[in-house]
Parts: sequence; C-alpha cells; structure tokens
Amino acid sequence: MILRLTRRYRFAAAHRLHAAAFSQEANQQLYGKCNNPHGHGHDYVLEVSVAGPLDEATGRVANPAVLDRLVAQEVLACLDHRNLNAEVAEFSDAPPTTENLLRLIRQRLLARWPETLARTRLAGIRLYETRRNIFELAERS
Amino acid sequence: MFVTRRVEFSAAHVCRRPDLDEEANRALYGPAANPHGHGHNFLVEVTLEGEPDPLTGMVLDLKQLKEILRQEVVEPMDHRFLNAEVPPFDRVVPTPENLAVEIWRRLTPHFNGRVRLHAVRVYETEDLWADYFGESA
Repeated sequence: MILRLTRRYRFAAAHRLHAAAFSQEANQQLYGKCNNPHGHGHDYVLEVSVAGPLDEATGRVANPAVLDRLVAQEVLACLDHRNLNAEVAEFSDAPPTTENLLRLIRQRLLARWPETLARTRLAGIRLYETRRNIFELAERS
Repeated sequence: MFVTRRVEFSAAHVCRRPDLDEEANRALYGPAANPHGHGHNFLVEVTLEGEPDPLTGMVLDLKQLKEILRQEVVEPMDHRFLNAEVPPFDRVVPTPENLAVEIWRRLTPHFNGRVRLHAVRVYETEDLWADYFGESA
C-alpha cells in the first residue's frame, strides 16, 4: 500500500535577483523591482512530499520527526533568516530565483535521503515564494 | 475530469502502540503518543474521477457525495475518540495515513461505476497531510 505524506515548512529570507552575465540595465529590465540593489525578502512556504509503502506496524509512511530534522538541518538552517546572495555559497554567482532555490533544496535533501528516509522516496517539492508565485519539482516514480 | 469535495471532522486520537514502551512510542509518534489523547480538526479531501453526464452536465450529484461523506465519515468520526469509538482504530494506529486508507475503504464501494474514487487526502493539521490513491497507484 503506497501513500504520500506531505509536510509544510516556512522560512524567511532576503534576496536580490541579479545575473552577473548581464549589464546593470539588462538586469533592471529582466528582474524589475527584484533587482533593487538593497535586496528584499519573502516568507517562503516549502512543501516536501514523501512517498512509500505504509508500514503496517507503525501506521506510517515516514516519521514526520525524521523529515523535520532533515529539513531543519539541510534546508532551514542555511536558508531561514538569511540573506541568500550573501550567505549561501550557491548564490554567490547564480541568481537566487525560486527555481534555483528549489533545485538547491532538492539536491540538499537527496544528498542525505538514503541515510534518513531510505524506505521512502522524495515524491515532490513545492515552494511558494509568495501566495501567488508557486514552483514545483515532481519526481518521477 | 476530477471533482473534489472537502469535509471536516473534529476528533481525539492517540498514536501509540501497546507493544512498545513509553520511550519508543515517544520516538515514533512524538507528543501524539500521549496516552490521554489529543485532538485535531481533520480536513478530508475526496477526489473523484469521471466524465460529466451528457444530460446533467455533472460528473456526479454533489448532494449525493455530501450525503455519502456524512454517512461514512462525519457521522461515525466527528466528535469521537477515534481509538475508543471508531473501529478499526481500536487496533490500528489512527495516523493520517491510516485514516486516509480507512476513509478510502469506506468510500470506494460507493463509486464502482461511471465515477471512480481517485484520491483521499487527510490533513491532520495544515502542515501535515497524507494522500492515498488506492491499491493500483
């Protein structure tokens, strides 16, 4: 019996969208107010979905506390209340768009997946930059 | 086409296994292992799949779905202590996963014709939910 369990997390971070490959003017045109040199921030909402067989003994697909720990250590610790451009190495040259953030989160979760949630697979990640801008990576089963 | 109906019920539960000691239960279920129980406003989303009837323009009559959900979910589970009053939760741990499976079992006999049960989602809180898509998924 395969089920999917989803957990929602929140983090707040500052960022500025600016691509080194383009001129000041082109950046301004491309990213608009997100290019403000002083930066701005969001309350991100992150949904992590885990799929796997139901453990009949525990009634669980995964222990939410284990997922919480993984997300806290691998995602929230380096993103929550941070300046993404200044404090996250991956964004020292790549713009911290929500697409790039989603890829970073996936990579960080998958790196420690086998040691934490081996019975399950990552089924998908959804990231809300605002209530209106939502980005999602679905994993193929 | 998918049609989803939401229904809510408020209930107490305990997530605890009698064969495990206090420490193991706490590690597995956290504060939900408190033997006295606690409660949630569970939110259930039931998604059906089918094509609209050419005459009515509806996949199914939502009044009918509402009545099925009342009968199979709200009536037996609302304002109950799940472990004590709602089988199989006297022997099955009432996690959101098991609730989704049980609600699926109760609903699926109602939809074996033109309309098919596609998914049952059970929100234990707005930050934790389980989806079940049946045996074939």
